[in-house]
Amino acid sequence: MEEQTKNEALETQNTEVPLDKTVRLMSPTRMVVRRFFRSKLSIVGLVMVISLFLFSFVGPLVYTEWGEIELDESGKTEYSVSQTTYTVNGREYVVRQTTEKSLKDNFLAPPSAEHILGTDNEGYDIFVRLMYGGRISLIVSFIAVFLITVLGVIMGGIAGFFGGAIDNIIMRLCDVLICLPGIPILLIISTILDASEIDAKYRIYLLMIYLTFISWPGTARLVRGQILSLREQEYMVAAEAMGYSAPRKIFKHLVPNVMPQLIVQMSLSLGSMILYEATLSYLNLGVKAPYAAWGTMINIISTNQDILQNHLNVWVPAGICIVIAVLGFNFIGDGLRDALDPKARR
Amino acid sequence: MLKYIVKRLLMSVLILLGVSMIIYFLIRLMPVDFIQDKINAINQGGATVSEETVNAMYEMYGLGDNSFLGILKGYLSWLGALATFDLGTSFVYARPVADVIFEHMGISFAIALIATVFEFLIAIPLGITAATHQYSFRDYLVTVLVMIGISLPSFFFGQMLKDVLALKLGWFPASGLVNATASNTGMALLLDYAKHCFIPILTIVILSIGARMRMTRTNMLEVMNSDYIRTARAKGLKESVVVNKHAFRNTLIPMVTSLAGLLPSLFSGAIITEQVFDLPGIGNIALDAMNRGDIPFIMGYNMFLALLSVIGVLLADLMYGIVDPRVKLE
Repeated sequence: MEEQTKNEALETQNTEVPLDKTVRLMSPTRMVVRRFFRSKLSIVGLVMVISLFLFSFVGPLVYTEWGEIELDESGKTEYSVSQTTYTVNGREYVVRQTTEKSLKDNFLAPPSAEHILGTDNEGYDIFVRLMYGGRISLIVSFIAVFLITVLGVIMGGIAGFFGGAIDNIIMRLCDVLICLPGIPILLIISTILDASEIDAKYRIYLLMIYLTFISWPGTARLVRGQILSLREQEYMVAAEAMGYSAPRKIFKHLVPNVMPQLIVQMSLSLGSMILYEATLSYLNLGVKAPYAAWGTMINIISTNQDILQNHLNVWVPAGICIVIAVLGFNFIGDGLRDALDPKARR
Repeated sequence: MLKYIVKRLLMSVLILLGVSMIIYFLIRLMPVDFIQDKINAINQGGATVSEETVNAMYEMYGLGDNSFLGILKGYLSWLGALATFDLGTSFVYARPVADVIFEHMGISFAIALIATVFEFLIAIPLGITAATHQYSFRDYLVTVLVMIGISLPSFFFGQMLKDVLALKLGWFPASGLVNATASNTGMALLLDYAKHCFIPILTIVILSIGARMRMTRTNMLEVMNSDYIRTARAKGLKESVVVNKHAFRNTLIPMVTSLAGLLPSLFSGAIITEQVFDLPGIGNIALDAMNRGDIPFIMGYNMFLALLSVIGVLLADLMYGIVDPRVKLE
């Protein structure tokens, strides 16, 4: 990366005139981009993620028929048939009685022009809730990954650069946090949040912030390991000779060199954060009703066998959205790993 | 070597101490109140509970004081009991926590073990073919399929399999561990277990193949590019011998090391999968305990998990030294 910036500086000076006409000058960044787009899977991943973003963020602006928490109150008539058998004089008579019941909400409606994917058991439009659920899932995972990376880079950078006692303390803290069982701890924190009577809309954000507090050690270890080897390099001796301050050395000279690995890890953990959020929402600990999240939309089938079996339109689309999002981020992460790996020749 | 192990063990004790402190304080902050639920249950039964009885009950369960010092005192007494290998008594089951854990661990362990065996049996050959046919159609197909497996949320995929295989096709029972109406014994009982565990195991295997297959593929690719593989080919060995004997054996180093890291997942139970299929495994029991505020059990379960992961990391490091003689532990 250091070389890269130098090269870029050189390039701008030379205004990209190669020594030989047959040689094309290419900055490392452009090489990475080229290698990334050469892989079909990374393109597929990019398309998946971008279309989900458009669906979740632009979708509700275009398709405004229903709101996230707008019930379809057009009413619904439910018929129930009861059957009684009488035996009179040795002959059997079957009496069927149909009761008509008018209900206020149009729930569990099948897909139609009015409701593209039908309505759920409350009478909310599923298609629209998929969009809003996507917003939550994507925003929450981006926030969590961003915070984890920032915290991990700071802690790992400090530990790797200073070494000694500071390194020891930070790494032991990492050991402790890594041993905390993830899902059980989040379950506990989530019940604590319930008591604090926080708005249903914001609790998932708070929960993910707590998640970052126990998830940063992975990134910190990665950064520390890289910095331990990088700080022995000549350019760090040069930085020392220039009399730069420690923060400048860490964050301007060391951390940028860890960026390739960090970017790969970030894109892969975006996928796992979406899964985490969905799992919490499925356990009814994340986003709570009436607000939508993909996991929350699947939650209903854990108690309602009828919906599980007969109303696939209620829960399958949300699951597919989760899979598309996670798969997309995994493909991108994989593509980035191959593209950023200097050893890969292809 | 011995010095290294002792040092690591001492460090592990310190780590576990830190973990237990965090978990205990978090649990005590939980608003789920076992005593309150119990009193509510009594009140619903028609009887009234006096203030003194309530206080006495809180004292009896050691939950009287919720200030910082009170929690600290509770933690210290928990730690003191632990020193005599006593994890306390579960509120819900009114039995020693360790007993409850061991009783439900068996089923979780059996499922995890079988799933892990299948995971290896399927993932390793897939990883090898993907690596030997790098960038071919086969490589892409296998990669895409296992990546879909990694990306599936366990609750969604589990419910889907349950819906199709159990409820729609009726090939397997949908939930539970045994057929309650039939009283099977011997082989029939074993067969009944197998039938009930089939879909949960299938779920776990499909979700976990991906990571193992990709690991095999990466390692194989690395080995296949090394010089001694070229030598093996140059001296005219059959490709199958080169791949299976020379290349694959060298990918076993990281494989064996990761085996130790599997330890926690073998015993800890799959919370979500067990919840979906309503299996009486340890994960499901723990989920239930957390909803009911069974503090000693939650504490015991979480510490059990932490202990497993500490041992797992330690074993992985030791294994690395044993399998690969070039690695020196210090």
